[in-house]
Amino acid sequence: MSLAAQPVRHLATALLLLLLSLAPAFAEAPRPQERVENFLLGNGMEVVVIPDHRAPIVTHMVWYKVGSADEPPGKSGIAHFFEHLMFKGTTNHKPGEFDAAVAEIGGDQNAFTSYDYTAYFQTVAPDALGGMMGLEADRMRNLTLTDDVIATERDVVLEERRSRIEGDPQSLLSEEVQATLFQNHPYRVPVIGWMHEMEQLNREDAVAFYDRYYTPNNAVLVVAGDVDAATVKRLAEETYGKVARGPDLPPRLRPIEPEQNTSRTVTMADPRVTIPGFAKYWLAPSYRTAEPGEAEAMDLLSEILGGGTRSRLYQQLIVKSDLAAGTGAFYDGTALDETSFVVHGSPRGPDGLAKLEAAVDAEIVRIQRDGVSADELDRAKNRLVRSMIFARDNPAGMANMYGAALTTGNTVEDVQQWPARIEAVTAEQVKAAALKYLKPDQSVTAYLLPAAGTSN
Amino acid sequence: MRNRLASSAAAAAALAFLMLIVSLPAQAEVRIQQVRSPGGITAWLVEDYTVPIVALRFAFAGGVSQDPPGKEGIVNLMTGLFDEGAGDLDSDAFQTRLDDAGAEMSFRASRDNVYGSMRMLADQRNEALELMRLAVTAPRFDQAPIDRIRSQIAAGIRAQERDPEVEAGRRWLAALYGDHPYARPDEGTAQSLAAITADDLRVLHKALFAREQLEVAVVGAIDAKSLGAELDRLFGALPEKPALRPVPDIAPKLAQRIDYEYALPQTRLRLAYPGVARNDPEFFPAVLMNHILGDGTFTSRLFREVREKRGLTYGISSSLVNYEHANALVIGTSTRAGKGGETLGIIQDVVKGMAEDGPTEAELADAKKYLIGAYAINNLNSSGSIASTLVELQLDELGADYIDRRADYINAVTLDQARAAARRLLGAEPAIMRFGPAEAEEKEGN
Repeated sequence: MSLAAQPVRHLATALLLLLLSLAPAFAEAPRPQERVENFLLGNGMEVVVIPDHRAPIVTHMVWYKVGSADEPPGKSGIAHFFEHLMFKGTTNHKPGEFDAAVAEIGGDQNAFTSYDYTAYFQTVAPDALGGMMGLEADRMRNLTLTDDVIATERDVVLEERRSRIEGDPQSLLSEEVQATLFQNHPYRVPVIGWMHEMEQLNREDAVAFYDRYYTPNNAVLVVAGDVDAATVKRLAEETYGKVARGPDLPPRLRPIEPEQNTSRTVTMADPRVTIPGFAKYWLAPSYRTAEPGEAEAMDLLSEILGGGTRSRLYQQLIVKSDLAAGTGAFYDGTALDETSFVVHGSPRGPDGLAKLEAAVDAEIVRIQRDGVSADELDRAKNRLVRSMIFARDNPAGMANMYGAALTTGNTVEDVQQWPARIEAVTAEQVKAAALKYLKPDQSVTAYLLPAAGTSN
Repeated sequence: MRNRLASSAAAAAALAFLMLIVSLPAQAEVRIQQVRSPGGITAWLVEDYTVPIVALRFAFAGGVSQDPPGKEGIVNLMTGLFDEGAGDLDSDAFQTRLDDAGAEMSFRASRDNVYGSMRMLADQRNEALELMRLAVTAPRFDQAPIDRIRSQIAAGIRAQERDPEVEAGRRWLAALYGDHPYARPDEGTAQSLAAITADDLRVLHKALFAREQLEVAVVGAIDAKSLGAELDRLFGALPEKPALRPVPDIAPKLAQRIDYEYALPQTRLRLAYPGVARNDPEFFPAVLMNHILGDGTFTSRLFREVREKRGLTYGISSSLVNYEHANALVIGTSTRAGKGGETLGIIQDVVKGMAEDGPTEAELADAKKYLIGAYAINNLNSSGSIASTLVELQLDELGADYIDRRADYINAVTLDQARAAARRLLGAEPAIMRFGPAEAEEKEGN
């Protein structure tokens, strides 16, 4: 179960870019969608309902406000490993019973872990929603864990690490970059964990993690699809509502980054690589940590600089010159703490990496010096804002969007007001964000190179 | 944890509630209208105004298997050029207008088809579809974009030259399909790409983009009459008949062993067995049997034996592969160095058990319930996925009432039929590929 140990953070950002809008400007459809509802159960569990009656499908998700960045030191991977263990049966349901109940109705279920959250979901027909809630509420507190189950499932997550990371130079390099960019914050530790620590995870670690974090007052229920808020409320009260509130958890204060005053490089050479590539990373504020308007400006900066085929990097380095085979920018604002802004590129052949990197740097300097034009800012805004109309077409995607927002310190209102805040960003703010955060002497540059002696 | 359990009233409540689970299958409420344009072009439409968008999907017969010898990669290259200039608009002008129209356009090729899609805001439909019309009927194939996209594809080919995963895939296809077009890489080779001219692309476009073997589906905020007019606008100027190169049917070569040594942390295993064609009367018995064998994500026999009981892998699955000219049942997994032999042995035991005894009555009943209920969830969860599904149904010639009939087909499968499908597919000697560290280097896993 599991999936998305590492990539989920990226996925989450893509989703944020697709943030849903229910702003009146877009409510011109003949049958407008119902409002998103948001309320609390008596035990402190937060609930979000996103009605969409087009297909007889409902996505049911429970998001816990705990991820790998909340792990105790030395126990890397416990959040993700524990996510696997949540499928191992409870005092009320034997192992496999939950999966069988989902399969029997043609449903789909899985889970994923990221730095800031862990989520479990089922997609089923609406009349099965109550049953899914019953099973999910049950495993919130009644999990049974034997040493036998732990040992076998630990082998599975070790295989997952080998599959996702160990056999892939790019993934190994990304881990090292993250550990270099974040000098103090736990985002430096991979979500799936370091191999040597994963090997030592045990039942005691799992039980401690479960008892601390898996409580209704640390969870968000998100239901999207063919259902109404009143029904969800009734079902939630009959299931989750019966789970006792846990002790209040302290605020999620992780170690923060010290002042960074160096540019660092991380280089990996591998015989499997023929064409080199680079990526440059900066620390950047997230939607939770940013000054008002800054994260929005970073989203627009990312779109204008490297958001697609109309971006500056693509046009200058691929269309108007032949410096790059691929290039782009990426900003990940859906995070509880300080996050990263990235630019990347690879040339069209074995040579030309230094020239390409210099050209990418020059495009950044150009924005820092001259800013962005009103026209390109408008176009970037339009692309971000309209992506939210398209996002309304996929209820499961919307559930992901709200879940990720609410477990990284944002609210339903934040999500809904995002388009208006994007619209309000000025060209001056985009330039200021580039100047403030993309400083060459506070960056980490990653190089993936062919192994020495294997040149073409 | 025990203390909490003892005092948990929630457990009892949750259990009681579970008794109320009703396992009615999701009934797709997708109402398909069959639209025929004044000019005779047909499409399937699902009209829906909940979200102010329109999703368009279509497919022309003839995918990358249409690449002429020596010009491999041309179909894939062509799909990269439809937003690079059309009609009077050069690449930059076309993309600027597309951006202004708030529409997203994409093209891609499979082995057997070229697919186009567009997602547009309903109030900008006119401009969006005008750009799609130009792309489909009047692509420019200007030299500069050809050279640019070609060099990006060539860089991708070069970047993968020493990637053992890509090499493993190449060897696997070569072993199964020999010199059949299905063995060729979709993107071609550096040499074949270099040989492609703008005229080659124009000839290819004319040969593939024709009305006769075109399937169209539209979902969203548009009515049947408007769609009829749009169909003629979009496709009316295309030639009637395509000029397709014949592609022979091929049975993948089984009963062989492919070993590819590479020092990796894991050993990958692939097994190929005979498949079953989409129009074969035994298709649904095979689908149900395969679901039980290895397609049920967390419930299949392979998942249980290899992952759940033994922790040998993160992922294992079996799938039925259906191309226009070839079919197969393929199993894939990966395990740590030193466990390749053991894992292969377990897979083969599971396969043997299924081939000899077939599924149980209970497994078959569960698989039926799953496959009936899963259809809406997997295929009808957004406008885009509905439109894609409707295009595939048309390509498979299944009829607009297929979604209603599908459950009957599944329910009609008997245990004997499922057993026969298991014998037929899994009784054969498979092709087996083992890719990873050398056997001699294998040590007991850590």
